[in-house]
Amino acid sequence: MSGVNTAGWRPSMNSAEGGVSVPETQSGDHALMLEEPLIFELGCEGQTGVDFDAPAKAVSPALAKFRRKAAPAVPGLSEPEAVRHYTRLSRQNYGIDLGPFPLGSCTMKHNPRLNEKMARLPGFADVHPLQPQKTVEGALEVIEQLADWLITLTGMASVAMSPKAGAHGELCGLLCIRAALDARGETRDVVLVPESAHGTNPATAAFAGFKVETIPATPEGRVDLAALKAKLGPDVAGVMITNPNTCGLFEPEMKAIADAVHAAGGYVYCDGANFNAIVGRVRPGDLGVDAMHINLHKTFSTPHGGGGPGAGPVVLSEALAPYAPLPFVARGEDGHVHLVEEENRGEGHARAFGRMVAFHGQMGMFTRALAYILSHGADGLKQVAEDAVLNANYVLRSLEDVLQAPFGKSGPCMHEALFSDAGLPEGFTTLDIAKGLIDEGFHPMTVYFPLVVKGAMLIEPTETESKPGLDRFIASMRNLAQRAREEDASLHSAPHFAPRRRLDETRAARKPVLVWKADARA
Amino acid sequence: MTVYYSEDHEWIEVEGDLGTVGITDYAQGQLGDITFVDLPQEGAKVAKGDSVAVVDSVKAASDVYTPVSGEVAEINEALADEPELVNSDAEVGGWLFRVTLSDPSELEELMDEAAYKKFVAGL
Repeated sequence: MSGVNTAGWRPSMNSAEGGVSVPETQSGDHALMLEEPLIFELGCEGQTGVDFDAPAKAVSPALAKFRRKAAPAVPGLSEPEAVRHYTRLSRQNYGIDLGPFPLGSCTMKHNPRLNEKMARLPGFADVHPLQPQKTVEGALEVIEQLADWLITLTGMASVAMSPKAGAHGELCGLLCIRAALDARGETRDVVLVPESAHGTNPATAAFAGFKVETIPATPEGRVDLAALKAKLGPDVAGVMITNPNTCGLFEPEMKAIADAVHAAGGYVYCDGANFNAIVGRVRPGDLGVDAMHINLHKTFSTPHGGGGPGAGPVVLSEALAPYAPLPFVARGEDGHVHLVEEENRGEGHARAFGRMVAFHGQMGMFTRALAYILSHGADGLKQVAEDAVLNANYVLRSLEDVLQAPFGKSGPCMHEALFSDAGLPEGFTTLDIAKGLIDEGFHPMTVYFPLVVKGAMLIEPTETESKPGLDRFIASMRNLAQRAREEDASLHSAPHFAPRRRLDETRAARKPVLVWKADARA
Repeated sequence: MTVYYSEDHEWIEVEGDLGTVGITDYAQGQLGDITFVDLPQEGAKVAKGDSVAVVDSVKAASDVYTPVSGEVAEINEALADEPELVNSDAEVGGWLFRVTLSDPSELEELMDEAAYKKFVAGL
């Protein structure tokens, strides 16, 4: 790299470089490369970071038998020791703020700091769901404006804002479908799920009480329309399709699929996890979708696992909107937004199937998502999709000569590029490439998913990455593929430079040790 | 005693009206290290093609479909502590469950060893 200080130390220099032999450190740590024990192994017994008052009153004799016989087994750390422990651990962690996070289907995009600034405004951060409505009109306005954007971007009739996450949204959509079928007096118990769908789809359908039937993928990695049509009938409640699908491909026959399902009396659920590839370009409502969840933590840049429940709003067609769960936020004739609950639901929500959560959703996620949408604008969101797709295609075409791309001939990919370990020498696997990527300083891609591809490597760069950033990632991937082709056995034991070497995942799954025990310390 | 194979990579060894079911050596090789096996309840009535067991590996959780209809007579309890038996001995000691066949004619739809070998070679 040009522009860096070529005279200074770099991680690639070993201690003997420059003719100086350096002894091992006394602590075993290497400057900022720190070994960190478990919190129970730190501090000393009896120490505490909290200064408790002595009890004001003697303990009642009736409670004496509950008196502790031994001190609780909690770590004895002072506050600075506890802070340092977690900060030191965090240095061994990899996050989107450290570098590319190419987990396919997860859309690990940058979380803009503007979102955080907005979410921390006290009028959003400090509200309580039981506050009088007139004291939280601003918060309700945010929910309403976000709902408006989601309806507009998807071309749908309505949106249920309360579901807490993607799979929760899927359940919401299927319960709407069930309620609509009940209203028609029909019992349909089969949900069709293509092989290229997300793994949560069949799980959701089974959880909602439906029988799952699989639709095979075509050799091009798309839904087999003829096979789907052959399964349609009076027992089919609907289909759950992921579009763009988990092979990273758009389903161009989506409209034909939806028309066929509708003609057979079923409904179309679309998994919106991959909406980032089409936001601003395609409206799912135009494709005949009846319900689709939107992962705010994917397309709309709220943090993954960001401090509490997530948000998975579900957009709904005219056919399913009446059955959406309460509560709703709605604008009244006076121009003010208010909550629609059981007691004031009126005609519009008389057929709501119930409710899925106690309150209205995750305010912190709503605020961040709206901040993202407003700061990008309609044109910016369209560019998000275009750049995400462009980046994925750049990765696909830059690696397909060294790694097998099973659907590379199916045309351009969407938001993610899919590779297979099928072309690597015997014994060299996707796991070796993924672990090698840790040594290269990157988070691994999604591995062994989707299942339709042998040794799948699913790479989703998102629009976050610049071309120089992608080039560094591609150079590392090419290097790893080359090492595998040359049968470099050291790949089998990668990572070599991470805080831990390759972990025994099989033993961890078969004999998990989840609880620290004092006698295990030795 | 005859062994039959399904396209979903289950084998069934039949003796009288009792069939012993497992996954094939090819299937365990594809799945990688098995970490957990979820087996059906003894006495459960099952229909050919039902998903009756789940095999978890480091790569994926896979359904196991019963190749015949009938009633679950016995399950391989050793797998609770030693799921790795499915890896090391898939077609003998790593059996999953035994089923009392209700319709032996269903066996005619399965493959014999030679046909299964040919089927796997074509994958």
